[in-house]
Amino acid sequence: MSEEVSKSSYKDQLIQAFQQLLPDEAVLTEAEDLRPFECDGLSVYRRLPMVVVLPETVEQVQSIMQLCHAAKVPVVARGAGTGLSGGALPLEDGVLLSLAKFKQILNIDPQNAMATVQPGVRNLAISEAAASHGLYYAPDPSSQIACTIGGNVAENSGGVHCLKYGLTVHNILQLKIVTVDGELLTIGSETLDTPGYDLLALMTGSEGMLGIFVEITVKLLAKPERAQVVLAAFNDVTKAGEAVGAIIAAGIIPAGLEMMDKLAIQAAEDFAHAGYPRDAAAILLCELDGSNAEVSEQIMIVREVLKQSGATEVRTAKDETERELFWKGRKSAFPAVGRISPDYYCMDGTIPRRQLPKVLAYMSQLSNEYDLAVANVFHAGDGNLHPLILFDANKPGELQRTEEFGRKILEFCVKVGGTITGEHGVGMEKIDQMCVQFQSAELEQFHAIKNAFDPETLLNPGKAVPTLHRCAEFGAMHVHNGELAHPELERF
Amino acid sequence: MNNQSISELLQTQVQQAANDGRALNIVGGGSKHFLGRQCEGAILDVSKHRGIIEYDPRELVITARAGTPLQEIEQTLADNKQMLAFEPPHFGEYATLGGTIAAGLSGPRRPYAGSARDFVLGCKVLNGKGEIMQFGGQVMKNVAGYDVSRLMTGAYGTLGVILEVSLKVLPRPAASTTLFNECSEAEAISFMSGLLSKSLPVDASCYYKGQSYVRLSGSGQSVIDAQKKLSGERLNQCHHFWQRLREHELSFFNADKPLWRIMVKPSTPTLPIDGEWLLDWGGAQRWLYSDTDTSTIRNIVQQHDGHASLFRNGDRSNDVFQPLAKPMQLLQQRIKTSFDPDTVFNPGRMYAEI
Repeated sequence: MSEEVSKSSYKDQLIQAFQQLLPDEAVLTEAEDLRPFECDGLSVYRRLPMVVVLPETVEQVQSIMQLCHAAKVPVVARGAGTGLSGGALPLEDGVLLSLAKFKQILNIDPQNAMATVQPGVRNLAISEAAASHGLYYAPDPSSQIACTIGGNVAENSGGVHCLKYGLTVHNILQLKIVTVDGELLTIGSETLDTPGYDLLALMTGSEGMLGIFVEITVKLLAKPERAQVVLAAFNDVTKAGEAVGAIIAAGIIPAGLEMMDKLAIQAAEDFAHAGYPRDAAAILLCELDGSNAEVSEQIMIVREVLKQSGATEVRTAKDETERELFWKGRKSAFPAVGRISPDYYCMDGTIPRRQLPKVLAYMSQLSNEYDLAVANVFHAGDGNLHPLILFDANKPGELQRTEEFGRKILEFCVKVGGTITGEHGVGMEKIDQMCVQFQSAELEQFHAIKNAFDPETLLNPGKAVPTLHRCAEFGAMHVHNGELAHPELERF
Repeated sequence: MNNQSISELLQTQVQQAANDGRALNIVGGGSKHFLGRQCEGAILDVSKHRGIIEYDPRELVITARAGTPLQEIEQTLADNKQMLAFEPPHFGEYATLGGTIAAGLSGPRRPYAGSARDFVLGCKVLNGKGEIMQFGGQVMKNVAGYDVSRLMTGAYGTLGVILEVSLKVLPRPAASTTLFNECSEAEAISFMSGLLSKSLPVDASCYYKGQSYVRLSGSGQSVIDAQKKLSGERLNQCHHFWQRLREHELSFFNADKPLWRIMVKPSTPTLPIDGEWLLDWGGAQRWLYSDTDTSTIRNIVQQHDGHASLFRNGDRSNDVFQPLAKPMQLLQQRIKTSFDPDTVFNPGRMYAEI
C-alpha cells in the first residue's frame, strides 16, 4: 500500500514538473491520448506509457532527462513509430519521449555536401530539401515517406541501395545527443573523422539505449546522372540467387539488387500493376546508376549475365515512368501482402548470399510444417532477407505459430553465418535470438558499454541486449544440439 | 605453431599481464610505430597470427587474421580484380591488417568511397580480461548489438587486441585517369568542394605545389566522357602519384619538421598558419609541415570546426591528437574501462587518460 502511494506520488510530481516545463498539450496522461503511442510498426507488442512528453527544444529535452534521471524513471525515445522490432514500445512506469516536434531542416551546405537536421525530420524530406542543389540523402528505407532521421540513426536503417551506398552509419557525420543525465554532447564532427573513439558508429543502431539524438548532420551525395533498372524473370528461385552472385562476379555493384518470390510477385502485381510476370518463380530488379556511359555499359553486361544465368525474360525499363513503376511494385510489397492475408509478420535476417538456396529450402520446409504461407522479398545484393509470414491473428494459436516460425528462420540465419537482424533492429522482438547470436562474453561487453553511458539503465531498458539470466532461461527452454547455452551461469 | 594455439598464447599473455598489472604494447609489423603517443609496455607480438581465413569474391568479403601482411591481402584481391576501396596507407612493407584497422587510416579515395571503418564488417577481439569475443560478421547488413567492430577501428589497440577482421571489398575500376591543372590554393579549394555536388566519377582529388589533381575512375567510356567535362592535362600513370601521396613518398614529405594532419570541412579557406601545405581528400585532410606551436595551430583549426593531430616528428610525450572536452574525455575513459578494466593495452597511445 505505502509503496503504491509513494509510486503514485512520484508519478504525480514528475507529471507536474513536466507541465511546468512544457505547454499543456505537450504532456499527455489520459489513456485516449496515450493510445497512439502504445506500439510502433510492430503492433503485436502494445503497452501504454505512464506519460508522453512532446518537447520542442533541446533545452526541454535536457530538462526532461534531468527530471527523469533524478526520479530514476525510465525513458523511451520515439520518432515516427515506424520501427519494426518494438524498439519504441513504451514502459508502463516510464516516460515516452516523442521527438515528433523536432521537424526543422537547420542547414543544407552544398559546398560541403552535408545537411544538419532535427531528429523528427522525415527521411525523404532531406532529399527533397537537397534536390535543388543536385544532392540527395542515400539511405532509403521502404518507410522513407514517414520514418524520421532520428529513428533511422537509432536503428541504423538500410533500404534498397545499401550495397552501393551503405547504411545510415555510412551516411552521417555528426550527432548531438542528450545524455541520460541531461548533458548535451557532440559525437562525431563535420570533418571526415573525429579525435578519440568512433562513438558515431557506436551510437548508430544503439536503439535508444545510449542517448537521445537531438540534432543530426548527414552526408549528401550528388544525384547520379542516370539510373536504369533491369527486370529479370526466372522459373527457379535458385537460378535467380545464382544470378545475383554472377552479376557481382562480373565486377558490377548495382545501386539496388532486389529479389521477390512468386507469392510476393503476385501480391505486388495485383496491388501496383507494375507489369511483373505473374507466372515467374522469382524476379530480380537490378538498378544501375552513375554516368550515362557507365550505366549503358553495365546494362549490356547485366543483361548478358542474366540470360546466361537462365533468366526466362530480361526487360529494361523503357523510360523513367516504367522504372518508377518497377520500383513501386517492390516498395509496396509489404502492403500488397497485407491485402492477401489478414496479418503478416515481417522478418529481417541477413545471410551470406551463397547460402540463399539452402535458406529458401528450409523456409519452404517450415512453411509446410507450420502450415503458414511465406512470401519472400529480399535485398539480394546484400543478403538481407525479408520473409513475410502470412497469418490470421484471430485464429487461436496462429500468432504463436508464426512467431515460432520466425524465430526458427532467424536462428537458421545465424547457423549459416548470418545475423538475426539486417536493418530492423533487435528491439523487443528479437531479444531472445540475441542469445543465439552472441555468447556471454559479448553480451557482458554490451552491458558494460551501456553502463559507460547509462549506469542506471534508464534509457529504453529491457530492449536490444538481453540479460544473461534471460538468455539462461531462454537456453533452458531451447537446448540446441544438446548444448546448454551460457553454461557458466548458475541455474535456480 | 598453428593459429588456434597462437590465439591461445596471446590470450594467456593478456591474462597474465592483467593479473600482474603489467601493460602490453601491441605490435604487428611495426610499420605504424611513429603514430600516436609514445607508450610503454612489454611487446605483444601478433604478427604470427596470420593468414586469410575466408575469401569468396562473389560475397565481396574477406576475412583474415590480424597479422596477415596488408600486401598479401591486396595481392589476393587484385588477383580477383578487387580491392580495399579505402586505399589504406602501408607506411612500410611489413604493414599488417590488424595495424591498418587499429590505426584506422585511409588513403586518397576516402572522401568518395568511405573510410577504413566503413568497410569493417566484423571482428574477433581479445579484451583486457583475456576473453575472446566476436562482433559483427561477414554480411553487409548487421544491426544485432552495438557496433563494436567499428569502435575498434582507429582505437589504436587501446580497447583490445584485434585477432581477425572481416572487410567489405569492391571491384577495381576498369579505367582510371588523373588530370592536373595549375591554380591557386583558393581556386583548388573551390574546385574540389564543387566536385562534391557533381555527378562525375571522381575518386581522388588533391592540391600540391600549385597544381590541383583529380582522379577519375570507372568504365573506360565514363572516364573518357568525364575528362571532357573537366579541364586539365593528363598525368602519366607511371608516376604512381596517388600511391606516393598515400605512402608519404612525394618530395613534400621529406621534411623533418613536425607534420600535422589537419581535418576541416572541404570548403574551409586557406588557414593562416605558416608552413608547407598539401591538401588531400578534396581539401578535407590537409598536411602541414610547420614549427608553429601546438596551441596556435589547434586554436586556428578549431575556429574552423576542425581538429589537428601531430602525425610525424615533434613531441610525442604530450597530446598528439586534439584534446577532448572534459565530459567527452570522461565518457571515453569509461568506454576504455569497459573493455580493458586494468589498462593493459597500449596505455597512453591515444591519450594520456586511456
